Amino acid sequence: MDSKNSTKPKYIGVIGVGSFGTVVANILAAKNPVMVYARKQEVVDEINATHTAQGRAMNENIVASNDPEQLCQSCDVLFFMVPSSGFQNVVRIFSPFLFPYHLIIHGTKGLCLNLKEGETLETVKKIKRSQILTMSEVILQETVAVRVGCLAGPNLSKELSQGQPAATVIASKYNEVILEGQSLLRSEKFQVYGNSDIIGVEISGVLKNIIAIASGALAGLGLGENAKGLLISRGMVEMIHLGNALGGSIKSVMGLAGIGDLVTTCNSVHSRNFTVGFRLAKGETLEEILADMEEVAEGINTVRIIKAFLETADLRAPITENLYRVLFEDLEIEEALQFLMKYPFNVDVDFV
Amino acid sequence: MEEKYIKHKYEPIHPSKDEWPVVKLARERKEFVKKVADLSEDRILNLTSNNSDILKEELETTLYREKLRIKQNPWVVDPDDDSSFWSGVKSSLVQISTETANNKAKKFQAYKGVLNSITARYAEEIASNFKTTHYKFTRSVVTYGFSRLLNAARVKGFKSIFSNQYTLQDKIQITGQTDQLRDLATKGTVVMVPTHFSNLDSILIGWVISVLGLPPFIYGAGLNLFNISIFAYFMNSLGAYKVDRRKKNLMYLETLKTYSKEAIQFGCHSLFFPGGTRSRSGMIESKLKLGLLSTAIEAQRANFENGLNDISGKIFIVPVTINYHFVLEAPSLIRDHLSITGQERYYKENDEFSNSYKISKFLIKFFTKGSDISVSVGKAMDVLGNYVDEEGRSLDKNNRVINTRDYFISDGKVSVDSQREEEYTNMLGKRIVEEFHKINRVFNSHLVAFVAFEMIKQRNKKLDLFDLLRLPEEDIAIPYEDFRESCQLVLDKINELKAQGLINTAPHLALDLDEIIKRGMDNVGMYHAKRPIIQDKNGNIGTDDMSLLYFYHNRLTGYGLEKLY
Repeated sequence: MDSKNSTKPKYIGVIGVGSFGTVVANILAAKNPVMVYARKQEVVDEINATHTAQGRAMNENIVASNDPEQLCQSCDVLFFMVPSSGFQNVVRIFSPFLFPYHLIIHGTKGLCLNLKEGETLETVKKIKRSQILTMSEVILQETVAVRVGCLAGPNLSKELSQGQPAATVIASKYNEVILEGQSLLRSEKFQVYGNSDIIGVEISGVLKNIIAIASGALAGLGLGENAKGLLISRGMVEMIHLGNALGGSIKSVMGLAGIGDLVTTCNSVHSRNFTVGFRLAKGETLEEILADMEEVAEGINTVRIIKAFLETADLRAPITENLYRVLFEDLEIEEALQFLMKYPFNVDVDFV
Repeated sequence: MEEKYIKHKYEPIHPSKDEWPVVKLARERKEFVKKVADLSEDRILNLTSNNSDILKEELETTLYREKLRIKQNPWVVDPDDDSSFWSGVKSSLVQISTETANNKAKKFQAYKGVLNSITARYAEEIASNFKTTHYKFTRSVVTYGFSRLLNAARVKGFKSIFSNQYTLQDKIQITGQTDQLRDLATKGTVVMVPTHFSNLDSILIGWVISVLGLPPFIYGAGLNLFNISIFAYFMNSLGAYKVDRRKKNLMYLETLKTYSKEAIQFGCHSLFFPGGTRSRSGMIESKLKLGLLSTAIEAQRANFENGLNDISGKIFIVPVTINYHFVLEAPSLIRDHLSITGQERYYKENDEFSNSYKISKFLIKFFTKGSDISVSVGKAMDVLGNYVDEEGRSLDKNNRVINTRDYFISDGKVSVDSQREEEYTNMLGKRIVEEFHKINRVFNSHLVAFVAFEMIKQRNKKLDLFDLLRLPEEDIAIPYEDFRESCQLVLDKINELKAQGLINTAPHLALDLDEIIKRGMDNVGMYHAKRPIIQDKNGNIGTDDMSLLYFYHNRLTGYGLEKLY
């Protein structure tokens, strides 16, 4: 914990070497030495020996470790890039070695449940806002770190790794976290915006995955651009109302992490969530799709959580509700579409 | 079962008064005031980006507001030269803009001069006038006088006036982490943050501090209290500095914050009422005024900057709740609250504590009838809201020792970041509210008021709060059996919460339920002309004053107990 006495240059920590984690590590490594955490020893060895992670190229400025204590000691700034399903566990592994001087930025677009021992989503069925945690709330709850931020925006790993221009948002209540994130990540090809509404940005990133599944489904049904325009616009309205109910501001949904990410994901065949919807519409079942997906599609879990949240919130979210029925209650996708076409939306814009 | 509580004599932690930080501060008062004035000047220059035009604008705004205050809202305590001072500021400002029109540097210097004269005036006005002799005298008067009154009231007979059978500690129970508080006060600097329901709180807390053997704390007391001579004397002798709520200009607020921060850094134990003012609604404060609280965080950071990394430079936040059966000001407080939330056009101040006669009358009532008060002292926390151990070291949720200094570190060094500290202040505020709820002690009177109001509300579901409060009192009658059942329900829930450490209860809540209800009804708002709860000849529960009932009921909001209805 003696950061003040060390003279050797600090590493920037990246936890998780999935596709997005690898890309972020590479961007960071352009400016600073980076230490990545991977749980499996063979992945660590692969990175250190060949500078690749599961086949993806890694900058030579990156070293790997599977020792959380070493990472926490070597790094003042840590990027958590792990899927939401394992997020809480990974944070707990790091928690004993984290101190209040650590800055933590995460890039996970998912939600966690905050239930009592022995409770699951199946047993409680309805959940309140206090039983849902965004990833930053997980970090605040599990660790002593307070200077926490998140990274969200239209950032498809594939395009970033090709060095195509893109932008992202760092959201944090602390200006210093935003400034630090900007100075670490910004480059000619990568623009970094700041936002103080961290909950709004996190929620936007989470909710857009739901709409992305729906968008994939429309594409799978062979529908055209009119339908997609309709979906994106109605999807945004739904995100705004849900975001508001979950404690985010409308403005963040209108920003890069909301509408920006939504448009990208709804148009991208690279997106996992889009793929889920697409294959569903082609007639595959959810089990079949999940069985051969390499990384998790966050949207599926999000749909379940938001559905349970809707049971306690005084709010309708027709796209999410119907998607839930398609995914988990065997509603035919065509029927869901029919239902949505008849749904009395009436008012175009009712939130400004 | 009779109530059991700690009643023992605490030795003073600093036997010699010369060691009291507040005495040291009083000795160096002149230098200290000057330091505060100069530092405030720096802060304001910093805030105005050292820009002559912005500074000029701020000076003019301050002047305008002060002139308006003198004209529209003069108080007895205002100094006689108030008006002439500000006229002087006005003519200096005019003079500066005409005479130094072409010389920017000179102009800026001149404005700085005016600024310093204002901060110096404010600092002098805010600074306390602590005198040890007055403190000792006040303390013995309070203790002696009160125990005389108490004994006269409770022990019958001619000689009762000289009896020592009852002391003030019979009347006011002090519970909680008193030993930790005493211990930490010798090692570091304590900032005590009590809930605030009554004007009596200031004196009560002053007495508690002295009973616990602690040296006097300094506190920011509303300048309006100094209008009343009896309070002014008490306040001054207890080490109070003055907070003038009429002055909301930048220069005053910065000077006030600087005073508080510097005093904490000086090592003076301080006391803030973080609610800022008495709780109008009767609820435990949920939104705190963070201005003064931020000075504790600033002082802690400054201590770290100055290399004071050991416990002597550490600042401890100690939440305290004060529980009453009866709040003298309740009728006017709740009226204020309702007229604010009800958005009526006017808001009229009406203070029961408006003169010394009324206060004395209250004190006599208070001591001659039984109405207990309990003061619970919470666990000490660091300025980020982490609990601390007996060595004063901060602990995280898993009881791992952490260093508070780490919160202020960026790139390996302690850094100043006002936006960061603003967020920390918010966090600390939330933690204090959490602790208030945990250490709050439920009295029988709180229970019955809560249940009665919730039952009336339940029976009139269609009415909103304001219609509910306008219900004709004679129409309200709850059968005793229903009321009793409902009390049991809420009491069970409270005990469940208590088992989880989320609330505390007074020992008398372990009595038989009928006894609890009976005593509760006797106690709740016992000296009001209109009683919040009454029982008619058929045993049915009713009320004389719905608003008062609402006030006492509010004490138990914020625990989710409403959901039982």
